[in-house]
Amino acid sequence: MSDIIPAARDSASAMLSVRGVKTFYGNIMALKGVDVDVHKGEIVTLIGSNGAGKSTLMMTIFGQPRAREGAILFEGRDITKMPTHEIAQLKIAQSPEGRRIFPRMTVFENLQMGASIDGFAHFDGDLERVFAMFPRLKERINQRGGTLSGGEQQMLAIGRALMSRPRLLMLDEPSLGLAPLIVRQIFDAIRELNRTEGLTVFLVEQNAFHALKLAHRGYVMVNGVVTMSGEGRELLERPEVRAAYLEGGRH
Amino acid sequence: MDIFVQQLINGLTLGSIYGLIAIGYTMVFGIIGMVNFAHGDVFMVSAFIALICFLLVTTVFGITSIFLALAIVLVVAMFFTSLTNWAIERVAYRPLRGSFRLAPMISAIGMSILLSNFVQVAQGPRNKPVPPMVTDVIVLMENDGYQVTLAWKQIIIMVLTAVLLGGFWYLVQKTSLGRAQRAVEQDRKMAALLGINVDHTISLTFVIGAALAAVAGVMYLMYYGVANFADGFVPGVKAFTAAVLGGIGSLPGAVLGGLLIGLIEVFWSAYFSIEYKDVAAFSILAITLIFLPQGLLGRPEVEKV
Repeated sequence: MSDIIPAARDSASAMLSVRGVKTFYGNIMALKGVDVDVHKGEIVTLIGSNGAGKSTLMMTIFGQPRAREGAILFEGRDITKMPTHEIAQLKIAQSPEGRRIFPRMTVFENLQMGASIDGFAHFDGDLERVFAMFPRLKERINQRGGTLSGGEQQMLAIGRALMSRPRLLMLDEPSLGLAPLIVRQIFDAIRELNRTEGLTVFLVEQNAFHALKLAHRGYVMVNGVVTMSGEGRELLERPEVRAAYLEGGRH
Repeated sequence: MDIFVQQLINGLTLGSIYGLIAIGYTMVFGIIGMVNFAHGDVFMVSAFIALICFLLVTTVFGITSIFLALAIVLVVAMFFTSLTNWAIERVAYRPLRGSFRLAPMISAIGMSILLSNFVQVAQGPRNKPVPPMVTDVIVLMENDGYQVTLAWKQIIIMVLTAVLLGGFWYLVQKTSLGRAQRAVEQDRKMAALLGINVDHTISLTFVIGAALAAVAGVMYLMYYGVANFADGFVPGVKAFTAAVLGGIGSLPGAVLGGLLIGLIEVFWSAYFSIEYKDVAAFSILAITLIFLPQGLLGRPEVEKV
């Protein structure tokens, strides 16, 4: 915990602010007091090994499961106890762990599900944008989600999250199951959306090298605790980070 | 041949009623994985609502057009039955969500007993008759004095069922409400993550299921002319059987299963023995489940992840 550097800006101005959050599965404490800030217009990544609690944090932000202690603020508003669907309606979108594509809906219907928060006002344009990013989805538009390959499902999960025109986009391991070339495409697309539209992104990754290169800031999580934080490129240079997450793993 | 055609008509009529009830079972099972044992009694309650409403409309308000009366009865029965089922879900099932799997089912058995006993106390244990509503028949064939007839009420039942199922299919497949319903069925947590109010969607499922059961209740009352507090049980079990036969969770399966159970029952009664018609229907269910455990149109459990 000693290694945490103060956030660049104070937490009051953060878009998403996670304060001392503890989450339990039964009696097992999965998050042991986590502090994370995401500022508007930033790409922030959370890296860590399997089982560190990254996905638990992503889901805790949506109240699934609820944080037992601590607070989660979105634009200054306490959302710790808000129902999950109301949190989503604040225009926070997540491409969750395991993708969670609706298996018996077509690709098109899955994307429609994403757009329902936005009220379909920009549906056609957003659909074109997603298809431009992932042409494969356009080829599979009438195929059922459950019959897609893992990589295609990953694209669909990201596309579905984008269809809601999120103010905060949360991506849980978008590189999982994807070929390196497509990973690069996705990361380029995220960078592009961030640069041109100011999209705020909170990215969980095991693929630390790409994630830290992409992100403005990063957090390292170990066993339910944030152990390091700093600017993405700076974290990349740290020997501890290199030893734990990067050696032998420059995909 | 004459008997065959006649029984086919009778079977499809009965099957339509079963199918309408079966959808309620299959939808609720699909969305919260629970067998709603009270659904048959909700159907019975709707028949009583229809009965009371019909008598009010024809005697107190003096409406003589039978079709107008039926239309009013249908709307009123759908409304109050939906309200009843909505309240049941709110009171008896929702508080148990997240509890162990059997809890809401036990609660449903309780609601089933409550509904039938309430009607027994409030309306009496005897059959309650209504005056015959639609009595005209069309003679299709006549052979050696045996007439094959198609009653108007049978036409009403089949046509109304077909129209309703068409509308229902459209609702589920093409509207955002239906999409939300399917999303909650397939992945409740993800649906919430996309801003869907899961509780509302589940309530809506109960409302839709009850509305269809109410139509079945009105049709049942019109067809048989009587309602009884115990009428929820056997048609309810048959409709549940239909849902399982068609593949529980599958909407087309529920309709197909309903028609099949209706046909099996009627043909067995005509050609073999009427006493064993229920045995026949349930035996075919048992045989189907041995060789096709997921039902006729149900999906196998394996799903690519």
